[in-house]
Amino acid sequence: MPKVTYIEYNDAVHEVDVPIGRSVMQGAVENGVPGIDADCGGACACATCHVYVAPDWLARVGSRGEREEEMLGFAAETQPNSRLACQIKMTAELEGLVVRMPEGQH
Amino acid sequence: MNAISIQEARAQAAAMPLEQIDLSEPELFRSDTVWPYFERLRREAPIHYRKDGRQGSFWSITKYNDIMAVDTNHAVFSSESSLGGITMADAPPQMRRPMFIAMDPPKHDEQRKAVSPIVAPGNLAKLESLIRSRAVAILDSLPRNETFNWVDKVSIELTTQMLATLFDFPFEDRRLLTYWSDVATTIPTPDQVGGWEKRDAELRKCLEYFTRLWNERVNAEPANDLVSMLAHSPATRNMSPMEYLGNLVLLIVGGNDTTRNSITGGLLFMSQNPDQYRKMRENPKLIPSAVSEIIRYQTPLAHMRRTAIADIELGGKQIRKGDKVVMWYLSGNRDDEVIENPDRFIVDRARPRQHLSFGFGIHRCVGNRLAEMQLQILWEEILQRIPQIEVVGEPERVASCFVHGFSSLPVRIPS
Repeated sequence: MPKVTYIEYNDAVHEVDVPIGRSVMQGAVENGVPGIDADCGGACACATCHVYVAPDWLARVGSRGEREEEMLGFAAETQPNSRLACQIKMTAELEGLVVRMPEGQH
Repeated sequence: MNAISIQEARAQAAAMPLEQIDLSEPELFRSDTVWPYFERLRREAPIHYRKDGRQGSFWSITKYNDIMAVDTNHAVFSSESSLGGITMADAPPQMRRPMFIAMDPPKHDEQRKAVSPIVAPGNLAKLESLIRSRAVAILDSLPRNETFNWVDKVSIELTTQMLATLFDFPFEDRRLLTYWSDVATTIPTPDQVGGWEKRDAELRKCLEYFTRLWNERVNAEPANDLVSMLAHSPATRNMSPMEYLGNLVLLIVGGNDTTRNSITGGLLFMSQNPDQYRKMRENPKLIPSAVSEIIRYQTPLAHMRRTAIADIELGGKQIRKGDKVVMWYLSGNRDDEVIENPDRFIVDRARPRQHLSFGFGIHRCVGNRLAEMQLQILWEEILQRIPQIEVVGEPERVASCFVHGFSSLPVRIPS
């Protein structure tokens, strides 16, 4: 099972196995990783699973979808590497993925 | 709700021909008897058309997933104020004010972004200690051994102080904000002659007051308050007076009625569910989850409205361009297909944030985290300071199908 490293705003590190096909949001929520709220449950409708994808991983993770782009427009402190974790599905290629969480989900 | 009225309501809701059910009837909300109607619609007609109801003809969407589908499809379901905006009542056309919640992209996005930094995580962290010191002062000033109205002394006081801070509004005049909020959300009944005009005249006084603040701040350096942000942001600095008023009403109502009614609802639910209150008292780590549950269970705005700008099929029903579509958050939050035991108040749910009270999609509540923070701090301080609060009478509820709230809740704190 591919591993994902989640880094909280306070630099606390969580390494979690996320099954292929699950989203990076689900990987956090199902393993009790704090810092991802996921209010809408993965419908790309709230922007409370905002993460920063480590630069090395950006190309492999792919680009934002249209609706994701729109919802991220309302999140705080977005950066070019901001994504909604519910829109990143785990694949074998993402083994070792690193994401950081923002100060708060908003 | 007393036992007889709910039984009667249940019988009436079951007997009424489906097409006659009119959820815009404010009495259903004042008497808290709307529940059996929602239950019936979710079961028998989840996408329900009421022709010629009190607020005209409209579709009622009552199930969680259908509401989510409408809320996230802003390309078809418009919030545009000139089409009727976001509440069920259709104001006379000249009184339909633009405000960013009642706009579609791209203008909505630009204006929303002008004010959203005030409730971003960094600014919330700065507000926390202020909210806590105010919550403490309010709780410590409450009378002991006498009955008082929790709505007035706690719910209104805490939220109005916060709102005054966000606007940098003269603190001694802050109850004007409460008053204007109530004026804005009180929809004249069809038999009230001149009701809309009277409402409008009061709101123009609000505009006058805030125009003074605008003029002070537009000539000063940009500051971190909502009026200054609106006066300096390229997206909002050239607004017409009516658009300024529209956005003020939005921010006043959004920052006032909602949290106020969740504060009151929370106390009522804890009093009705002593086992849940005990669970939270014994484990204060549950406060954030309890707060989400309070917001779900209360659902301080019962609905949001959209207007279809294209024909679309939803749940097997044909919605036509121009139709009024009402998403009943209050009902979706009690949909047992999505939320387990939805009629029970449970402070430690597995997914407490899964509720519709803030809406979803691009119009989702911008102040949601501030609202949660105010409620969390208040409950933390209540647990620290007040061992027992007794609800000593029935709450009085607001007669509105939009603001789902209370005008009074009599309580007593034993010394």
